[in-house]
Amino acid sequence: MRAQFVLSEIGVGLRRNLTMTFAVIVSVALSLALFGGSLLMREQVSTMKGYWYDKVNVSIFLCNKNDKETSANCAKGAVTEAQKEEIRSELKRMNIVESVQFETSEEAYKHYKEQFGDSPLASSLTPDQMQESFRIKLKDPERFDVISTAFAARPGVQEVQDQKRLVGDLFNLLNGMNFAALGVMTLMLIVALMLIVNTVRVSAFSRRRETGIMRLVGASSFYIQMPFIMEAAIAGLLGAGFACVLLVSGQYFLVNNWLVDKIDVINFIGWDAVLAKLPLVLAIGLLMPALAAFFALRKYLKV
Amino acid sequence: MIRFDNVSKTYPKQNRPALRDVSLEIEKGEFVFLVGSSGSGKSTFLRLLLREERASHGAVHVLGKDLARLSNWKVPQMRRQLGTVFQDFRLLPNKTVGENVAFALEVIGKPRAAIRKTVPEVLDLVGLGGKDDRMPGELSGGEQQRVAIARAFVNRPMLLIADEPTGNLDPQTSVGIMKLLDRINRTGTTVVMATHDQQIVDQMRKRVIELEKGRLVRDQSRGVYGYQH
Repeated sequence: MRAQFVLSEIGVGLRRNLTMTFAVIVSVALSLALFGGSLLMREQVSTMKGYWYDKVNVSIFLCNKNDKETSANCAKGAVTEAQKEEIRSELKRMNIVESVQFETSEEAYKHYKEQFGDSPLASSLTPDQMQESFRIKLKDPERFDVISTAFAARPGVQEVQDQKRLVGDLFNLLNGMNFAALGVMTLMLIVALMLIVNTVRVSAFSRRRETGIMRLVGASSFYIQMPFIMEAAIAGLLGAGFACVLLVSGQYFLVNNWLVDKIDVINFIGWDAVLAKLPLVLAIGLLMPALAAFFALRKYLKV
Repeated sequence: MIRFDNVSKTYPKQNRPALRDVSLEIEKGEFVFLVGSSGSGKSTFLRLLLREERASHGAVHVLGKDLARLSNWKVPQMRRQLGTVFQDFRLLPNKTVGENVAFALEVIGKPRAAIRKTVPEVLDLVGLGGKDDRMPGELSGGEQQRVAIARAFVNRPMLLIADEPTGNLDPQTSVGIMKLLDRINRTGTTVVMATHDQQIVDQMRKRVIELEKGRLVRDQSRGVYGYQH
């Protein structure tokens, strides 16, 4: 296989279908940017959910010794072992409760670190400042009020928190956006694939003289198909490159230079998450058009 | 070299077979004319040799291989041992004469040094020495056909298949082409040539195979064209 020969054939092919190549690049770029964006959004949501969100429905936060001044419920000081034992056994007896887990302040510190990393807020904390809590999974998530009325006014309890009520709407919104992005991505992907199939067809037709002669003199089918497949792969790779540029500039302009300043309670995903997605985007951008071209050729290029 | 055993070919969606029960053998080094009116099955015969089509019944052996048993990916390898020439030359108009011949070597992955050496040699052989850099469009029909023959012969094939190579040429030019094919035949290459050119067949006095409506109706050594059309 002579690389220079193949490369010149590819160059000729790409230039011959300049408009079509351009359309392939744009549609691949848009669909892959949406794909990458939706992966990042999902990652953002899971970072925001923290450790407990998908595992429990209700959290009972217990008084820490530091809460005496800040919280009216904790005026009597930190929760005692007896109070904890009472709450635990009562929870166990309730038949709407599916499971109960106790989170020590050490564990709470660990999970907090995982979620917020090295933000200034997190690094000033120490384990003993963290609240202990009961994390409760309900058989029916709607029965939050039963737990709330039973424990909210209990000595040693700072707060009973319905996990979903707090941020549920936000997550629903983000999930909705995610689905919309995936839907648009799927459509764009179909458009891109159809464009590639059409490009290959035009390309194979306009070069039927060459391919006919190649066939006659005994060129292998791999050799005949290679320029067409490479053409699609290169256009796809260019598209994927543009998608990467879009993702990186999205992170730079939208997240790092704007959202981070506006909203400081959320730990936004960083460069590592974005950069980790780029190889995947490039690989899909390379392989998907190549495969589409390969299958299109079976139909339009007799070997 | 070539053996047909009771070969029939029916194309899809057609009732009448293009070839009917054809059996024949062509030895190495022979020069064979294939004659017959349009639609007699000449083209189908050649397409079967090239394995562009497969026989519906019977067996086609070319260069010792049963083409029905030859898997698709081995077909290119087989075609490298054949040369083909057509009525319409089939040259690439945007490549020079030299590049057209070199193309046949490039696409089967021959090293560049070998190509540079072989191409001028074979152009000399067909009488186009020194015309490497001309474009096909600048050449006469006869010269273009010589380029096509050079391309077909550059691999030193065992078998040269020519489908009406003189069909677009005037009688005088045709004689030149026939002399060239005869010379190639004398190097040991088997030549199978389909033609309508009565004069040439009668002059050359080679083996003649005549097809009529898909049947083999005549197989005559040192034959003549033999029918009026």
